[in-house]
Amino acid sequence: MAKKIDVPFNGTKEQEERLKKALAELKVEHGGQGLMIAALQRAQDIYGYLPEAVQQMIADELGVSLAEVYAVATFYAQFSLYPKGQYKIGVCLGTACYVKGSGDVYKKVCDTLKIEGGQCTDDLKFSLDATRCIGCCGLAPVMTINDDVYGKVTPEEVEGILAKYRD
Amino acid sequence: MVHLKINNIPVEVKEGSTILEAAKVAGINIPTLCYLKEINEIGACRICVCEVKGARSLVAACVYPVNEGMEVFTNTEKVRKSRKTTLELLLSDHKKECLSCVRSTNCELQKLSNEYGCDENRFKGARSEYEEDHSTSYLVRDNEKCILCRRCVAVCKKVQEVAVIAPSRRGFNTHIACAFESDLNDAPCVACGQCVAVCPTGALREREEIDNVREAINDPEKVVVVAAAPAVRAAIGEEFGYPIGTNTEGKMFTAMRMLGFDKVFDVNFGADLTIMEEANELLHRVKEGGTLPMFTSCSPGWIRFVEYYYPELIPNLSSCKSPMQMFGATVKTYWAQKEGIDPKNIYVVGVMPCTAKKFEKTRDNENASGYPDIDAVLTTRELAKMIKNSGILYNELPDGTFDNPLGEFTGAGVIFGATGGVMEAALRTAAEELTGKPLDSVDFKQVRGVKGIKEAEYDLNGTKVKVAVASGLTNAKELCEKIKKGECDYTFVEVMCCPGGCVNGGGQPIQSAYTRRQVDLRSKRAKALYDEDKKATVRKSHENPAIQQLYKDFFGEPGSHKAHEILHTSYVDRKHK
Repeated sequence: MAKKIDVPFNGTKEQEERLKKALAELKVEHGGQGLMIAALQRAQDIYGYLPEAVQQMIADELGVSLAEVYAVATFYAQFSLYPKGQYKIGVCLGTACYVKGSGDVYKKVCDTLKIEGGQCTDDLKFSLDATRCIGCCGLAPVMTINDDVYGKVTPEEVEGILAKYRD
Repeated sequence: MVHLKINNIPVEVKEGSTILEAAKVAGINIPTLCYLKEINEIGACRICVCEVKGARSLVAACVYPVNEGMEVFTNTEKVRKSRKTTLELLLSDHKKECLSCVRSTNCELQKLSNEYGCDENRFKGARSEYEEDHSTSYLVRDNEKCILCRRCVAVCKKVQEVAVIAPSRRGFNTHIACAFESDLNDAPCVACGQCVAVCPTGALREREEIDNVREAINDPEKVVVVAAAPAVRAAIGEEFGYPIGTNTEGKMFTAMRMLGFDKVFDVNFGADLTIMEEANELLHRVKEGGTLPMFTSCSPGWIRFVEYYYPELIPNLSSCKSPMQMFGATVKTYWAQKEGIDPKNIYVVGVMPCTAKKFEKTRDNENASGYPDIDAVLTTRELAKMIKNSGILYNELPDGTFDNPLGEFTGAGVIFGATGGVMEAALRTAAEELTGKPLDSVDFKQVRGVKGIKEAEYDLNGTKVKVAVASGLTNAKELCEKIKKGECDYTFVEVMCCPGGCVNGGGQPIQSAYTRRQVDLRSKRAKALYDEDKKATVRKSHENPAIQQLYKDFFGEPGSHKAHEILHTSYVDRKHK
């Protein structure tokens, strides 16, 4: 079983107030029922992700347990428990890239940064997502870092590419 | 009424009934796995599928409502094949440790797989890998044996209100987890073990202490004392084939002796002792204007609930230790002194219908002699397992009895195992204390029965006592909210964590969802206790001669300084910790 998910959280008082206000509005809008998903969406808009402290606020406001909020947050792909990094890495796992070995590239990124897809490094520098086809199959396998595109990437090149973004 | 045919048998059932219920009327059983009457009715596992004439696909009988003229077939080739495939798919991602699994022969998945002649290796594919969660002192979670029926999740949420476990992620990655994959020990779990009681497989089990107990028995230095809670005697027989609700107390005492315990005492004695202290505390609070209503403190799951969810009500909790802890504390102080034994060498084993007791024994401030009041807690199931694997033929044993003096008990002590029992026992003693004369009748029937919340008002020599009794934490929460808002004026409130009280505790013999559908475990087992109370010659705790002797020789009087040091405890705010 995965170890307890413990993600750094530096929420501000202002964000907390925005969330409280949003939840209060939702309660009126929804008549107190069926507002879990909407609440999580608002929270993710405000914080960018859904760490424990934020989910606890939602649980308290909605009168449900933290485990129930977590259940919904982990069910839908639109919700993330992890923040996005300063550098957002995407590795295409679409058919063409995958056939050309992007699975190995993806795994190499995971191993190098010690994170899994959807997660972010502790220093908030890199986050990793598997993407679908980004429309340049001729360059397969393709990896992106923010707006930079790397084509025909081999696992051996991964460390060198990432090094460019480290200080 | 609705008329339909099931396997060509005409039946008439109430509108709104499900196919499952209608089939029962026709004398037909439809197998289920995820279904748990009134608690988990989600049609998720697809084991109960049936053919309905005109329907596009197979339907889930546990949730599919009947309608007029419907024709249902529960046992066609198509149905059987579907159920078998579903079982084989479940088995493809199941840790098949069936030979040694704690639930072997009492596993709903195993039983069905056997009935349907499943090939357990038909589908070979990815296997989910999860580490077992051994973080708590009371239970173990093994997600590799979980079939995702969600019965545990439903009981945790709907019956016990706390919802500390829920399904996490989706698809093949779905698993039952605490928030953020934390260990159960870091979640606000009350330790009641109701999840264990409803789990169809071995995914949830108590943390066993049998080896520790055997080690103590084999240690020539140790004097090993055993004592069972009231509810144990009402249910342990089920493990040996006795009908639900058979009291096999005598055989239990004999078996305990054969297992090698040096002394066979009884926690019922601790229950009588609890009444002495609790009734005294109640009268004191009433007279001195202490915090009211006073809550009973026998149920460790309830205590954890207050500590985690209503810490502001901690002052309402009686400071009395539970009967088990009082018993252990008395063994290691009074009895040790009397027998001239160093408490260091006494090993006290509580046999409990409860998993939370395994946690309770580890609480701070539960070591009156300088050593833990209780050294080991076995559930009813664990004691039965010990008896079985020691070659003891339980059903053929002669009836034995307890040892004196800490085995002697009254009818009041016995009924502690059922919801309302502690209240009734306390009223018997408090009433006589207040009126100074014997009660005409010791039966306080208004507080009996399995209803979730019971209320009653008694006039005890001019003192009005308004009481409430709740079992199951959903009901307890309702009372707590009312009390917080000042919407009621109870004097005394009894709460037992598990629905129906300890007789239905998380450490009791596990009955299948099918049996639970046919039989109300709570009232059957409770009846065994009330019958014993009825037959008892002494039915009031304060008339227990061994208790009277104990106060005369040792404690002085209820609520004395010494009694406070040994028999009372304190609580912690776990919410803000």
